[in-house]
Amino acid sequence: MHSSAEVVVIGGGVNGVAIAYELAKRGCTDVVVLERDYLASGATGRCGAGVRQQWGTEMNLRMSIASVKRFETMNEDLDYDGDIEFKQGGYLLLAYTPAGWEQFQKNVNLQRSFGLGVKLCTPAEAREIVPHLNTEGLLGATFNQTDGHCNPFHVTDAYAQAARRLGVKIYTNTEVLGIRRGGAGEGRIVGVKTTGGYIATPVVVNAAGGWSKDIAAMAGVDIPTYSERHQILVTEPVAPMQGPMVMSFHHHIYCQQTPHGSFIMGLGDAAEKPGYSSRSTWQFAEEMAQKITWLLPPLKGIRVVRQWAGLYNMTPDRTPILGAVPEVPGLFLAVGFSGHGFMLAPMTGVLLAESVLGLPASLPIEKMDLGRFARGELFDEPSVV
Amino acid sequence: MSEQDKDIIVCRCEDLTLADVKRLISKGYRTLDELRRIGRLGMGPCQGKTCRALVQRELQAAGTPLKHQLPGTYRPPTRPITLGSIAAGSSEEASKDAQ
Repeated sequence: MHSSAEVVVIGGGVNGVAIAYELAKRGCTDVVVLERDYLASGATGRCGAGVRQQWGTEMNLRMSIASVKRFETMNEDLDYDGDIEFKQGGYLLLAYTPAGWEQFQKNVNLQRSFGLGVKLCTPAEAREIVPHLNTEGLLGATFNQTDGHCNPFHVTDAYAQAARRLGVKIYTNTEVLGIRRGGAGEGRIVGVKTTGGYIATPVVVNAAGGWSKDIAAMAGVDIPTYSERHQILVTEPVAPMQGPMVMSFHHHIYCQQTPHGSFIMGLGDAAEKPGYSSRSTWQFAEEMAQKITWLLPPLKGIRVVRQWAGLYNMTPDRTPILGAVPEVPGLFLAVGFSGHGFMLAPMTGVLLAESVLGLPASLPIEKMDLGRFARGELFDEPSVV
Repeated sequence: MSEQDKDIIVCRCEDLTLADVKRLISKGYRTLDELRRIGRLGMGPCQGKTCRALVQRELQAAGTPLKHQLPGTYRPPTRPITLGSIAAGSSEEASKDAQ
């Protein structure tokens, strides 16, 4: 193992490898990525694989719009020998209450101000987009064609391969045991202790997903993230019948048909307590099946082949925490993605690389810093399942 | 890798051949779970009940002895079941039917 590096990235999910690639692309090639298990083994490989731009707050919107631009040309940009399977079948978001519909209208105004071509739909128009949609109780919907789906394993693989070609070293099955600080006075980062040995480094990027709080604690920083289990199931593949992701915040569900033909669907459980469990439950399968066969009746006849769970790494305002931690020089955060880390990863990679290298920022990343909680400048993202 | 490998189906659910498996292993994926995620190997309805043993043999041939291979993950349900059956199975109507 390397005994030193310019930058150590902790976490071999999509964000960790994207950050490593963007650093190397900007000339900082002495980068080590540490992953406890294997690449995409955590939240990345367990996510719903959706790519959405219809957000309700400025930074999620700007990051997701810029990320979609990168997904569109990623196979070529990363010279990938596979296919990231990007499909832009849109997202159809459903509103069932006057308050929900009012929020959607506000969101759409904001989304349009950043150039997103979102449509407000009547229930009948929603049904034109998804003919098998049960519109009972539906007040309205919003639709954005350029949202969609992408394969998280392949995106991670594409970034990892491109990063390795530029000289980045990725160590899997290597767990971080501690982070060392030192130096006179300021206590900056000096190294990382791992199961594979010690690596001297002046910079650590915490991209540890569900374990972000534990990694930050190793550096002596308490961050307001916590993890929460979210469950998903996938069906057998069937002939293409549904273009967009269908999502209802009222029912806390989402459901999309992938290019492979299978349907992936998930559900947010308000009763879920913070924790690290990623066991799946039969209660989830029942509730999911009941809700989705009501909303999309023809799915009744499709077989479930697998269910699983993963961790959302949450923040108090359901918006990621990005950038430097002033009290610990050399420590950077890419944490708390609150269930949408995959779709934002391309821009997270760019912004963290710029932040670490002290380059001009492509987007105002300073608004997403850790300090916003102390300042009370929260985003309060309304659109999370 | 021989020409014949392209005609030998290893994963029947996802149509993956021996040539596909050998190519993925040669790229450095050395566990069943990694192969599943990157190549859909064993990701179909049977969850690898047929292909796992075959893939483990290939992993062994590629230098990872069986005793050092991590077991792959099996997830519920054991057998595919329709969303309609799951939904009905938990309704009061279905409970009445069962009585």
